[in-house]
Amino acid sequence: MSIVFEKPRALTDAPLHYCPGCTHGIIHRLVAEALDSLDITGRTIGVASVGCSVFAYNYFNCDMVQAAHGRAPAVATGVKRADPSKIVFTYQGDGDLASIGTAETVHSAARGENITIIFVNNAIYGMTGGQMAPTSLPGQVTQTSPYGRDVNTVGYPVRICELLATLDGTGYVERVAVNNVKNVRNAKKAIEKAFRNQVEGKGFSLIEVISTCPTNWGKTPQDALKWVETDMIPYYPLGVYKDKFSEEAAK
Amino acid sequence: MAEKILMKGNEALAEAAIMAGCRHYFGYPITPQTEVAAYMSRRMPKIGGCFLQAESEIAAINMVIGAAAAGKRAMTSSSSPGISLKSEGISYMAGCDLPALIVNVQRGGPGLGGIQPSQSDYFQATRGGGHGDYHLLVLAPSSVQEMADLVFKGFDLAEKYRMPCMLLADGTMGQMMEPVELTERTGDPAPKPWALTGTEGKRRPNIINSLALEPAELEKWNEERFQRYDIVREKEQMSESYRMEDAEICVVAFGIAARVAQNAIDAAREKGIKAGMIRPITLWPFPEKALKAAAEQCKSFISVELNMGQMIEDVRLAIECKRPVSLCCRTGGMIPSPDEVLAAIERAAEGGK
Repeated sequence: MSIVFEKPRALTDAPLHYCPGCTHGIIHRLVAEALDSLDITGRTIGVASVGCSVFAYNYFNCDMVQAAHGRAPAVATGVKRADPSKIVFTYQGDGDLASIGTAETVHSAARGENITIIFVNNAIYGMTGGQMAPTSLPGQVTQTSPYGRDVNTVGYPVRICELLATLDGTGYVERVAVNNVKNVRNAKKAIEKAFRNQVEGKGFSLIEVISTCPTNWGKTPQDALKWVETDMIPYYPLGVYKDKFSEEAAK
Repeated sequence: MAEKILMKGNEALAEAAIMAGCRHYFGYPITPQTEVAAYMSRRMPKIGGCFLQAESEIAAINMVIGAAAAGKRAMTSSSSPGISLKSEGISYMAGCDLPALIVNVQRGGPGLGGIQPSQSDYFQATRGGGHGDYHLLVLAPSSVQEMADLVFKGFDLAEKYRMPCMLLADGTMGQMMEPVELTERTGDPAPKPWALTGTEGKRRPNIINSLALEPAELEKWNEERFQRYDIVREKEQMSESYRMEDAEICVVAFGIAARVAQNAIDAAREKGIKAGMIRPITLWPFPEKALKAAAEQCKSFISVELNMGQMIEDVRLAIECKRPVSLCCRTGGMIPSPDEVLAAIERAAEGGK
């Protein structure tokens, strides 16, 4: 009998604590598959952030450090500068990366740190129980925007890929989603490329993954996947926003 | 013996850090410690080290966390307002049992305060500064030579006990020039089996983390950490005694305040007053043993500080309030003159406060 699917070796056997229908599990698997495929788990150091994915240090089968809220890119910078031969990645949510850690995100990109950032955008603060996030959509109802996000009083969502693409230091930024098979396949390619860039010493790569939060969105897992298609992706279009390395290679 | 060279305190400490094997410095500009960063930015690239000017104090301390987690001797330096920003990271570092050196060249506060020398971060340093149950090792130099010597000591102690160490200097220590002897030291770095060096497929992953949602587990971590602190308190108290043999009045002062107090003590002795000084070198652990012994001999104590009276609380605790303790202080960047300290000694000698 031939094996058609296996759990990646870069994931531990610890059962994931995520809610039913949450796509963190898929994204963890894609990251682990990239580590397996590039055979780099043994020299990879991961940085877990604050949010639902804080326990990532229990799930990835590599050395891990847990960073304060928003500070993962700074911690990753320290790890990478300590030993540039290591592969260093952060795994961060939208509150962590696009709100409290905006400075660390922008400046690690501006420096062109040779690290890989996996940015999971589900438009809400999941772990604290569903508050408005920097990426919550206009009109989106959350615990702290109970009448819907009013852009006149709290302003507009932050589009990280578009923002980082303007920086000279940014190497590769792509937005992907994991709401259907086709998108998962694209996400897998993008994540692997983001790690390969680092292996090849190219510089800063960030993959934004549009994710779901059925629990705090108040939707069934199926409806949550539909909402990604009907509401999230139109506001956050998928695609490559910058690929300096490929452009340089093409020259 | 190495020859003595004339150096600024900030530069002496920077060179000492390099000699102690530190190759990773992360900082952000702030007066009056900027010479440390400037020195590191010149030296590190020449010796294969890393100097990085971070986007903020917060980022700088988190870069230190990353490099320390990877097993390197790492450091940052700042001054009072910057240390407040670093306090989040320092708490995480304590919670993760990570060693590193944090230099605070203090200036007057609170708020933006001023840029002149101060010791008003004593509470912040010795009580932890950030959130949670923890301590830092706190070392207080009172000469340019000690700015250098305590850097070696600080890295060694931090690694031995797996705790962050703060070098608590002040603007005077950082800015003044004195002859200093820098001796090459090989050091004896503690092994770091916990460091994040990659599993290479040969061991289970190392995890550096301060999160424990299970309260019984977090309590156990904290209790284990405090058992280590007990050993530090027992073994690592450091202080220097000056003319204490027959002293009846004991001045307690650290850093630049101790330099001023020394002159005042000599002047008091000339007037026939038996004054002496205990100069804490470790502020945490506080030199309780030396002070407790002095309480058997001296009739009163004077705490000389560049703040509104912070260390005085530790003096009272150390001597269990057995003797009166008076305060001689200036704040806001002002430094007490030898005459002011002498007057305080004379008042104590007359039995007043």
